[in-house]
Amino acid sequence: MATKSTSYDAIIVGGGHNGLVNGAYLAKAGLKVLVIERRHVVGGAAITEELRPGFHFTSFSYALSLLRPDIVHELDLVKHGFMPILMPSSFAPMENGDYLLLGQDRDENIREIMRHSPHDADAMDRYEYDVERVCQLVKPLLDKVPPNIFGKSAEDLAETADLVRHLRGVDQKVIHDLVRMLTGSAADFLDDYFESDILKGYIASSGIIGTKVGPMSQGSGLVLLYHSMGEHDGHFGAWSFHKGGNGGFTEVLARAAQSFGAEIMLNAPVSRVVTKEGRAVGVALEDGTELTARTVVSAVDPRRTFTELVEPRELPSDLVENIDRMKFQGTSAKVNFALDGAPRYPALGDRTDQYLGFVNIGPSMEYLERAFDDAKYGWYSQRPYIDCAIQSFVDPDMAPPGKHVMSCFVQYAPYHLKGSDWDTERERFADTVQGTLESFFPGFGDLVLQREVRTPLDIERTVGLTEGNIFAGEFFAPQMYFFRPAPGWSQYRTPIDGYYQCGSGTHPGGCVMGAPGKLASQQILRDLTADKAATG
Amino acid sequence: MITTTPFHERLDQLNETGLWGHWSGYLSATRYCSSAKHEYFAVRNSAGFFDTSPLYKYRIVGRDAERLLAGVMTRDIRQCRPGKAQYTVWCDDRGFVLEDGVVFRHSQDEFLLTAAEPNLGYFSDLAGRLDVSLEDVTDELGMLAVQGPRSRAILAKIAPGVEELGYFEHTDAKIGTTPVTVSRTGYTGDLGFEIRVARDDALPVLDAVIAAGEGHGLRPFGEQALLMARIEAGLALIGVEFSSSRFAYTDHERVTPKELGFGWMLHGIDDETRPFIGRDAIRRELAEKTSRWATVGLLLDWADHDRVYVAAGLVPPKDETPVEDEFMLYDDAGARIGYTTSQMYSPVLQRHIAIARVRPDLAALGTRVDYELTINHEYQTIAAEVTRLPFFNPARKTA
Ligand SMILES: Cc1cc2nc3c(=O)[nH]c(=O)nc-3n(C[C@H](O)[C@H](O)[C@H](O)COP(=O)(O)OP(=O)(O)OC[C@H]3O[C@@H](n4cnc5c(N)ncnc54)[C@H](O)[C@@H]3O)c2cc1C
Repeated sequence: MATKSTSYDAIIVGGGHNGLVNGAYLAKAGLKVLVIERRHVVGGAAITEELRPGFHFTSFSYALSLLRPDIVHELDLVKHGFMPILMPSSFAPMENGDYLLLGQDRDENIREIMRHSPHDADAMDRYEYDVERVCQLVKPLLDKVPPNIFGKSAEDLAETADLVRHLRGVDQKVIHDLVRMLTGSAADFLDDYFESDILKGYIASSGIIGTKVGPMSQGSGLVLLYHSMGEHDGHFGAWSFHKGGNGGFTEVLARAAQSFGAEIMLNAPVSRVVTKEGRAVGVALEDGTELTARTVVSAVDPRRTFTELVEPRELPSDLVENIDRMKFQGTSAKVNFALDGAPRYPALGDRTDQYLGFVNIGPSMEYLERAFDDAKYGWYSQRPYIDCAIQSFVDPDMAPPGKHVMSCFVQYAPYHLKGSDWDTERERFADTVQGTLESFFPGFGDLVLQREVRTPLDIERTVGLTEGNIFAGEFFAPQMYFFRPAPGWSQYRTPIDGYYQCGSGTHPGGCVMGAPGKLASQQILRDLTADKAATG
Repeated sequence: MITTTPFHERLDQLNETGLWGHWSGYLSATRYCSSAKHEYFAVRNSAGFFDTSPLYKYRIVGRDAERLLAGVMTRDIRQCRPGKAQYTVWCDDRGFVLEDGVVFRHSQDEFLLTAAEPNLGYFSDLAGRLDVSLEDVTDELGMLAVQGPRSRAILAKIAPGVEELGYFEHTDAKIGTTPVTVSRTGYTGDLGFEIRVARDDALPVLDAVIAAGEGHGLRPFGEQALLMARIEAGLALIGVEFSSSRFAYTDHERVTPKELGFGWMLHGIDDETRPFIGRDAIRRELAEKTSRWATVGLLLDWADHDRVYVAAGLVPPKDETPVEDEFMLYDDAGARIGYTTSQMYSPVLQRHIAIARVRPDLAALGTRVDYELTINHEYQTIAAEVTRLPFFNPARKTA
C-alpha cells in the first residue's frame, strides 16, 4: 500500500491500540504521522474478525475497562462511534451445579451472596471500598510518566519529590493495603474478607489474568489490583463490551487518528529502525522501502523494540540484559466458539439472562491454584480457568439471530510446553477446554458450529506479542512502573535519540488502556518542544 | 383505584423487579430487570418495548375537527396530511405553554390526540358549536412503543409495510389478523415505532412483537430507561421542563414555546389565516424579543468535573440515573444566568449532560457557563458548555 509521502514527522511501528492512540495524539498536535501495521487490520490484540458469515469473533482481547477516560474525550472517540455497552451481570457456575449470579442491584447481590455465606454478605462492600481507596491512590500514577528515580537532573528530582508528596498524607491503612496487594497474593488478601469459595474464586480470577501466577502465589495481588483499576462509566472495576467487540473499538481509534490527519499503512512489516549517528531517522520495511521521520515510535513489545527493530549492540548493555531477562512466558490462550444456540445451565433451566456478562469458570481458589499447578510444571491445565463472554447476548450484531459467539479466555496455557509443542497440542488443548465447558453446560458440544483456537504461540505469531504474553511483559513488580520495561527506561525514550516506545511493555502496562500510547506522545511532544527551544 | 393497561398481564410476567410506578392511574413498570441501564442500552443498541398505554388519547372527529385544532394548537395542523403526525404544544392567550401532545391525522376529518394530562373538558369547551366530536379512547386502546436500531427489522417481520414509514408518519396495518395503527414516533430520540391496538387485541400483538424480537436483543424497558433516553433526546417533559400555565402561581413557573426551545413550531405564526390561542402574545414576544430564556443543552466539562471531585477526595460520580431538578447556572462574574431542569451522565455520550434554560444572549453554541452543585456540603461550580439539543441524534432516527 502506497503512502502519501516518504517523509513524516513521526512514524509509529505497530497499529495496535497504543500505536493508534499515540499516532492520534501526535497528529492532533500537528505532526505529520504515519502508523505502520504489519497485518491487514489495525488493532493488534484488539481485533474482531468475521470468521464465519455473520459470526464476529473477538479473537484475542474481548472486553473493555481500563481505557483511560481522558483519551475518549481528547480524541473525540464518541464522534467516531465509541460505544461501551454495559454488561449487567456476572455469572460464576459451581462444580456442584449451584452458581453465583451477581447483577446491578446491590441488595439482590447481598441476598445472592448470603445464599453462599451469610458472613460474606457485608464483606463485599468492605472489600470494594478498601480496594477502591487503593485505586484512588494509584490511579493518578497511571496518567503520568513515571519519575526517573535514578536520574539526577532537576526535573528527575522534582518528579520523584512529586511522587513522595503524592504518597505522603495518605491514610495509613490505604498505603498498607496497597503494599499488601503489590507484594502479596490475592488469596491472602481475599481471605481477610471472605469465607465463601465461590466468591473468592470469582474475585481471585482477576488476580491471575494473563500472568503466570496462581491465586496463592505472591504477586497475584498486584494483578488483582491492576484489573480493579478500570472504571467503565466511573464504576469501580466495571467492564464493558464495546459495540462490535474490541475490534470495534480499535476501528473507532483508527477513524479518530485519521480524522486528525494520521495516515495508516497496512500489510507493511517494518524490518528495522534506520539510525544515523545514534539518531533514529526512519524505518525500513521488509519489502525494502525506506521512509524517513524525525521521530520513530515503537508500539510493539520491548523485546522487539530493543532487540529486533534496532541493533542491540547500539544499546547500553545493561538495558539489553534487562530486556533479555524480562519475563514474558505467556500463559493464556483463547478458544472461541460459534454456537447454534444458548448454552444451558441446568440449575437455571431455560434462563439466559446469566449470560449478559462474564461467565467465570473458576469456582474456587483451589480450582484456580490446581489449574496453575499444571502450568508450573510445563503443561496446560487439565481443568482450566475459563473466562467466557457470550457477547452476542449483549450485542446482537455479533451473531445471527438465535446464534451466538462465545469468547473463552483460558488459563493456564504456558508458552513453553514440556515435551511437546503447541502445534501438536492445539486441538487436544481445545478439547480439554470444551470438555470443561461441557461439564458445566451439558450439551455444550452439540451447539458448537465452529471453534477458533489461539494458543500462546498463535498469539505470538499473529499479534507479535513475545511468547504470547498478553500484556507485552509479565505483570511482576520488578517489571512495573519505573522498572517497565527496564530500570532507567520507563519514560518512553530509548538510548537512541528520536526513537521512542509506546507499547504495553511500557508504563502502566497491558490491557486495552491507551495510557502508554498517550503518555509516550506527551513525552515526545515535550522533547520536540525542548529541541526546538534548544536549537532556537 | 389503580388500574392496569391492556398489556399488563404479560408485562407482569416479565417484570422481575416487582417495581411499578403509578402513571395516570395505571401501573407502569419502573424497570423490568435489576438494571435500568441495561434496558436503556437495548434502546440504543438493539431494541426495547415500552407500554405507553397510560397516555390520554382522544379521538377528534368531524367536519370542524381541523378548525378546532388549528385554532388551539401552536403548530398548524392544516399542514399535517392524513397519515402524518405532529408534535405540538398548546398555549394560553398570554402565549404561555399549557401542555404538549402528538396529533395523528387519520383522514381529513379524523384525528387522534395523545397527551400526558386529561384534556377532554378543555377541548370540548373550546369546540363550542363547531361540528366536531371528542371522545376519550384512552381505555379502549393499548399503545406499545418499540424503539431502537432493530425496531424496524423486528416490526417489518410482523407488519409488512411499516419499514416504509417516514419519521412522524403512521399507517393502518395488520399484525397477524389484528388491525393496528403503527406510527414512526416515540419518546427515545432513536429509530422507533408506536403500535396502537384495540384493548382486547393487545396481548396477541405484544406476543407477536416479542416473538419477532427473539434473537434481536429486544427487551422490555421501564420508566427509568425511558427517562434516560428522553434526556439524551432533548425531549421536554411536563412537570420537569415546564408545567401548565393554567396552574401556575407566578410567571416564573410559566414558559413560552420559544423559551422552551420550540421556536421551530412558530414558523407559520405570521399566517393571517390562522389565529390560534396565544398567537398575538407570541408574535409580540418574537417582535419585541421579550423571551426571558432560551432552552439549550449543556455539556459539563469532563476534566473540570473530575478535577473538582478528585480535589474533594471523592470518586467522580458517573451516574446515568436522571436527576430532574433545578441546578443554578452562573457566568464568570458569578451572576445567575439560568438553571437546569434535567441532568444525567449519558452512557452513549460519555458526558454529563443537562437540559438548561439560559438568558437568550448566552444561548450561542460553545458559550461557557458555570454549573453549580454541592460537593461535601459546599457549593462548587463546574464548567459547562452550551450545545445543541438533542444531545444524541442518530441519523437512523429520521432516516
Ligand atoms: C488473548 C488476549 C486476550 C486479552 N484480553 C483482554 C481484554 O479482554 N481486555 C483488555 O483490556 N486487555 C486484554 N488483553 C490485553 C490487551 O489486548 C493488550 O495488552 C493490548 O491490546 C496491547 O496493545 P498494544 O497496542 O500495546 O500492542 P498490540 O496490540 O500487540 O499491537 C502491536 C501491533 O504491532 C504490529 N507489529 C508487530 N511487529 C510489527 C512490525 N515489525 N511492523 C509493523 N507492525 C508490527 C502487530 O501486528 C500489532 O498490530 C488481551 C490480550 C490477549 C492476547
